Amino acid sequence: MTMRRLINLKRVEARRIYLTYAVVIVAYAVCQVMSSTKFLSSSMRGMLVPICAYMVMAVSLNLVVGVLGELSLGHAGFMSVGAFSGVAAAIIMQKTITYAPLRLAVAMIIAAIFAAIAGFLIGIPVLRLKGDYLAIVTLAFGEIIKSVLNNFYLGMDSGGLHFSMLTDTTRLLKGGRLIIRGPMGISGIQKIATFPAGFILLMISLMIVFNLVNSRSGRAFMAIRDDRIAAESIGLDITKYKMMAFVMSAALAGAAGALFAMNYSTIVANKFDFNTSILILVFVVLGGQGNMLGSIIAAAALTILPEKLRQFSEYRMLLYAVILIVTMLATNNAEIKEFLGRLNPFRRKEEAE
Amino acid sequence: MSKKIFVCAVMVLAMAASAFGASFKIGATGPLTGGAAIYGMAAMRGAQIAVDEINAMGGIQFELRYEDDTHDAEKAVNAYNALKDWGMQVSMGSVTSKPCEATAAENFADRIFALTPSASSAAVTEGKDNVFQMCFVDPNQGTASAQYIGEKGLAKKVAVIWKNDDVYSKGVYDTFAENAGKFGLEIVSTTTFADGNDTDFSVQLTDAQNKGAELVFLPMYYQPASLILAQAQAMGYAPKWFGIDGMDGILTMEGFDKSLAEGVMLLTPFNADAKDDRTVKFVAEYQKRHGEVPNQFAADGYDCVYAYCQALTQAKADPSEDAESLCPKMIEQFTTMVFNGLTGENVRWSANGEVTKDPKGMVIRNGAYVGLD
Repeated sequence: MTMRRLINLKRVEARRIYLTYAVVIVAYAVCQVMSSTKFLSSSMRGMLVPICAYMVMAVSLNLVVGVLGELSLGHAGFMSVGAFSGVAAAIIMQKTITYAPLRLAVAMIIAAIFAAIAGFLIGIPVLRLKGDYLAIVTLAFGEIIKSVLNNFYLGMDSGGLHFSMLTDTTRLLKGGRLIIRGPMGISGIQKIATFPAGFILLMISLMIVFNLVNSRSGRAFMAIRDDRIAAESIGLDITKYKMMAFVMSAALAGAAGALFAMNYSTIVANKFDFNTSILILVFVVLGGQGNMLGSIIAAAALTILPEKLRQFSEYRMLLYAVILIVTMLATNNAEIKEFLGRLNPFRRKEEAE
Repeated sequence: MSKKIFVCAVMVLAMAASAFGASFKIGATGPLTGGAAIYGMAAMRGAQIAVDEINAMGGIQFELRYEDDTHDAEKAVNAYNALKDWGMQVSMGSVTSKPCEATAAENFADRIFALTPSASSAAVTEGKDNVFQMCFVDPNQGTASAQYIGEKGLAKKVAVIWKNDDVYSKGVYDTFAENAGKFGLEIVSTTTFADGNDTDFSVQLTDAQNKGAELVFLPMYYQPASLILAQAQAMGYAPKWFGIDGMDGILTMEGFDKSLAEGVMLLTPFNADAKDDRTVKFVAEYQKRHGEVPNQFAADGYDCVYAYCQALTQAKADPSEDAESLCPKMIEQFTTMVFNGLTGENVRWSANGEVTKDPKGMVIRNGAYVGLD
């Protein structure tokens, strides 16, 4: 199925997809080799898993922003739903599934399911709106998810699972463990997220997104993006397709959230605030809307950059902002674009085709 | 002339080389930018003063490096890894609780000893044999406050206002609520606030007033506390106020009317107005360098470096040892030694990394902290 779909693609499109896979695989192989030969600094090694998580976040948001053409400002909300449900699931399964990679995989699947449910519920009211209105409402839902998780308590004891809202009234039996502790989040997480797991999740996300985009549904997404009225007039069910993209994007973000959370020993809901949503949106915009490879590279670059700027101490974030502005201006400058285009050997052929 | 410069340069290089070869590298992360920067900057400055004093004495030499974590667990781990690349031998963890929980797990996995100046949540040290705290653990502050209020007979009916999205506030509130009954206190009103709705406290204060609270317990940092004090005065409500160490700093806050804080009581391990020689010297040096009165975080940072100085000297450690071989030596020293610092006399550590020292009750009189006892 996949193969035939790719064969039927236009050569330009197919080349772009293979190039994305190739870049990801080569980058993974290089990092793995450098990491095992101790050539990679601890600083870089520590960032490998979060970078994978951010890449998946960027790819999933690109599906909504770049392909579907709707601005979502609450993407970190789905990440936090995934982080909390995934970590809670991993803790609950600690005794039943002792093989860590399997536990991680199951936790990520559970995280994706919970985030997809959240995406579906939020999608019902949100997707009736469009443009700026949709953006503002997704922003609000992101904040609501944060507030809910900040007031959510989940505990486990021999009697099963207990939860409560606002204050901790779970009254656990002796030997029980309060897993989610409201504003204190989750503590004592086992760090089972690994770089290979991050790589596999990224590859799966790319396959899902590329397959979806180059399917009948994907063409419907783009039709809706380019001209909503025309799309509606030829009988496309706008809400259905929007929901499909939105839920898929939320599910991938949930899995990324679980991966991210299980790389740290502690996680709090405040981490996934408006700023994180904007950060991911920056990855997408900088990398190019609809351009998956671009958002992957942007996610890696913008995660590493602040760490590489540590030597400038307090001017660090100022420099970061300046670099961001310059990059944005440069990539939107026609002359520079043309210059870069001339360096690209494929580009000339594409034009010839 | 040029010869002179050359000689100077050689001397500087020689000094730098000797310092490089024979000093212990202390690495630490803390919020140096962002909303919690006041704590990170204070701890860093306090620690730097201690490092300079110890280096000037000639014996054991230290090199201190602080990396910014913006009060975020992810950035704290990044900062920690950068310090590891730098060659950190002993760690001062992180300044605030959540980031320190994350770095403490790394400390434990990498076997790099850590002594955090001010990360006070219990999860920081839980289950880690090589992570120690200089400050009280949050739950202890709640219990100590309840005990203090009860035993001194300050009030019977107590109201609590706490911040329900803050680890620190919640940790103290939980143990306070749990232990209040034991010391004959009745909690008549419990109200909360969170990030984003922390400017209007009329609902919380009216509730406390209507239920007849004689004392309001404020387990929080000083910014919201300053607003609570101002709004209570505006509505003519004048109960006794009781805070914890986060309240320290309220007097140096910009634009705060000090008369509002008159009579506020707080439990804090450090008092910048104490008259003992070491505190006077430290406060004078801090004021000279940074033009403000040091808070408790600065004192904690200062004490951490001196505690390391004492432990490394007693263990006869050598600067050429790596972090892993220093770790068991430090664990042995910290669980057996007695330390005297700015934030307490006879400071001891238990094997789980928690500190024991007596909290000091303070009250604000005429715009200054005065001992309560």
